Parts: sequence; structure tokens; C-alpha cells
Amino acid sequence: MIEVGTVLEEKVFYLDRALLKQYADASGDQNPIHQNEEFALSVGLPNVIAHGMLTMALVGKYVSDFAGGSSNVLEYSARFTKPVIVPNGEKVDLTVSATVAEVADGKISLTLSATSAGVKVLGMAKAVVKK
Amino acid sequence: MLNPDSVGSTFAGTDSITVSQSEIDAFCAVVGETDTTIAPPTFTIRITLTQFEEILTRPEIGLDWSRLVHGDQKFEIFSAVKAGDALTCAATIESYRVAAGNEIVSVRSDLHRDGQLVVSAWSTLVVRA
Repeated sequence: MIEVGTVLEEKVFYLDRALLKQYADASGDQNPIHQNEEFALSVGLPNVIAHGMLTMALVGKYVSDFAGGSSNVLEYSARFTKPVIVPNGEKVDLTVSATVAEVADGKISLTLSATSAGVKVLGMAKAVVKK
Repeated sequence: MLNPDSVGSTFAGTDSITVSQSEIDAFCAVVGETDTTIAPPTFTIRITLTQFEEILTRPEIGLDWSRLVHGDQKFEIFSAVKAGDALTCAATIESYRVAAGNEIVSVRSDLHRDGQLVVSAWSTLVVRA
């Protein structure tokens, strides 16, 4: 039963450098801060970071799965609060969960939570899907 | 610095962009989506971000793309995007402000197919001081 306050099952995605390269190619965003450690450090980042839009794409998969397919996703938004840091040779987590915020007019609104290594990486993350 | 006169203006992007199945397949593969008959919800960033770069870095607008950070993102999806869709893109600079030397620009992109609005996407882009 989906009602306001229902907490959806958590899902964990894993990111590594290979996934960042794969996303760079799929999205066309070849910014070196997502691939080249030396460059990332040179611009003051702690390490290579994931594309904010890769994080959003993975959380989007979580939303699509809940909605019964991407065609049922009506709205989706997020603020990029902290980067997902991806050290070489490691797999880092992206832990996603959601709470039902509203059920009305054939639509369900979700408040989304996304953390990596315990740090909140998306702020104000919301989605509206067809009921 | 962004030319403040451009705020509120709408700029047409490339005439028309046709979505290919291989592009959708590649995007689906990243997130583990097995239904490749339609594009995942954030797929159109592939189109809009490229268009924003092309438009906002025009000499008369003047944004410095090299120090850009993505602040936030929103999609409203009116119709699912599929392979073969020919999309036109128009970008509107909705707001602009400078805070602590950072330039903060909000841009909306409207993607149309056969004259019908398919996706509206809002991006807040921050040019770091």
C-alpha cells in the first residue's frame, strides 16, 4: 500500500572509474575532473568525482523502477550538494531511498535520499510519477 | 562574465537533433536499465547541456564554460523520448546573479518534437570565481 509516509526499499548502486568513463561517453560530458585524477587535484578537488548527472541518472533508475518504467516518470529534480568521490581502484556506494510525500490526481510524489560514504550527495531531490 | 542583456532571451539551438537507438542503449547500459525502448528520464541532458554550452559561450553572451559547475537540475517530461525522435532545442536564460564572485545562471531548455513540447529541463550553472 502506497500512502503518504511510506518508505521505499533502499537500493545501493556502485560507482567506479570505469562507470564514470562509460557515463562520459554516453552523456558526452568529457570534463577531465571525472576521469583524470591529476587534473581533478589541480583544480582543488579531493579526487576524481562522479558527474552530478551520473548520480542523478542512477537515482533516476531507482525512480523508474518504482514507477514501473521510465515512461511513468513525469518530473524529477535535484540539487548537487556534495560530490561522489571515486578513488582509483575502488567501488564507492550510492545508497538511494525514498519516502512518499504526496498521493493525488493519479500521481505519486517522492522525496529522494542519496548518500555516498555516508554523505548526502543530492539535496531537495524529488520525483513525480504516474500512479 | 555573462552579458546581462541576454537574461530573459530565448535562443534557438541546432536545427534538429535525431535521437538514435545506440545513444539510448549506451545511456541505459550505464544505469542498468533493460527497457531500451524509451530513453531514461535524464537522457535529454545529453542534448541540453551540449546546446547550453554552444549557446551560452557565444561571444555576445560570454559565459566561461571552463569553470562551470552544475548546481541543480530539473526535468518535466511530457512525452517519453524514443529512438528516431527529431528534437528541436530552445534555451531561455531565466535568471542571472553574481554571489561572492560566482556567476549563477539558470537556463531552461524546451525540447519539441513536431511542434509539441516533449521535455522542459532547467539547469542552474555556476561559474566559480
